[in-house]
Amino acid sequence: MSVSASWYLTLAAVLFTIGAIGLLIRRNVLVMFMCVELMLNAANLTFVTFARRLNDIAGQTAVFFVLVVAAAEVVVGLGIIVSIYRRRPGATADDVHGMKG
Amino acid sequence: MTCVLAATIPDAITFVIAAAICVLGALGVVLARNPVHSALMLVMTLFGVAVLFVEEDAQFLAAVQVIVYAGAIVVLFLFVIMLLGVDQKEAIQRDPLPAQRPVAICVGILGLVEVLLLARGRWPSGARSVSGAIGSPGDNVGLIGRSIFTTYLLAFEVTSALLVVAVVGAVVLARRPRRALGQNGAPTGEPGDSEPGDSEPGDSEPGGGGPVDSEPGDSEPGGGGPVDDLADLEVTGP
Repeated sequence: MSVSASWYLTLAAVLFTIGAIGLLIRRNVLVMFMCVELMLNAANLTFVTFARRLNDIAGQTAVFFVLVVAAAEVVVGLGIIVSIYRRRPGATADDVHGMKG
Repeated sequence: MTCVLAATIPDAITFVIAAAICVLGALGVVLARNPVHSALMLVMTLFGVAVLFVEEDAQFLAAVQVIVYAGAIVVLFLFVIMLLGVDQKEAIQRDPLPAQRPVAICVGILGLVEVLLLARGRWPSGARSVSGAIGSPGDNVGLIGRSIFTTYLLAFEVTSALLVVAVVGAVVLARRPRRALGQNGAPTGEPGDSEPGDSEPGDSEPGGGGPVDSEPGDSEPGGGGPVDDLADLEVTGP
C-alpha cells in the first residue's frame, strides 16, 4: 500500500508555497522564473496525485499539457529576459518599471 | 513512520526521501544567492518530483519530467545565465521595498495554512471523466497516448499551434533591431575591444554585467559599451 494522497497534497502545497514566496522575495528575474517552475511542478504533483486517487488517466494527460505549456512559456520568457538584459545589463525586476501604469 | 504515512516500509522510505529532496531543492532555489546554484537546486527538485511520479504510477510523466524539465528547460536557464553573465550575487542590501520580504513570507504561510485546512475536507467531487482508468489494461504510455489522441485531440492540436507561436515569438524577441544596428554603424561590440565594466551603467553591483562584453559576436547596444546607446538606461542606483 502506497503513501496516502494527503501526504502528496501536503508536499505539493509546501512546494507551491516555497515557490510563491520565492517569486515574491527574489529580485533576480531568472530566479523568479525558476520559482514559477517550482509552482508548476507543485501543480503537476497535485494532478498526478488526484489521477491516482480517482483512478483516472486524465490527470496525467493534464500534466502532459502543463509540461508543454511550461516549455513554451520558458522559451518566450527567456527571450524577453534576454532582450531586457541587452538593453540594461545587470537589471533586476525593480529596474524594469517602464511598463507600470 | 509507516503508521503515520499508512504505507509499506519501502513506499514510505521512498516518499520521505523524495519529499526531503524536493523541499530542500525548493528552499535552495529560493535561498541561493547565485542563479547557477538556483538552477542546480531546481534540477534536484525536479528529480525528486520525478521519483514521486514513479511512486504514483506515472512512469511516462517521470521520464518526460527528467527529459524535458531537467534536460531542456534547466539547460535553457543555464544557457541564458551563462550567456548574459548574470551569475553575480544578488545585491540584497539595497532593497527598495524593505517591508516586502516579511509580508511576502506571511502571505505565503497564510496561503499554505489555508490550503492545508481545505485539504482536510472531502476533495473528489463532480463526475468522473471518461478518458479511462489508470488500472485498465495496457501500460502507462499506451493509456496516456490513447487519452491524448482521442479525448484530448483538440487540446493536443492547439498545443502544437502554441509551440509554433512560442518559437516564432522567441525568434522575434531574440532578433536584433535593425535601427540600433544602423545607429552604431559598424558593429562596435567586438568581443575583445572593451574591458569588463567600462561604461557599464550597472556599476553599483560588483561586476554588474561585465561578462556581457565577452558574448561572442554581439553587436547590439549595451554589449560593447557605446555610451550614447546607454544614455537612456537610467538604472536605479542606491
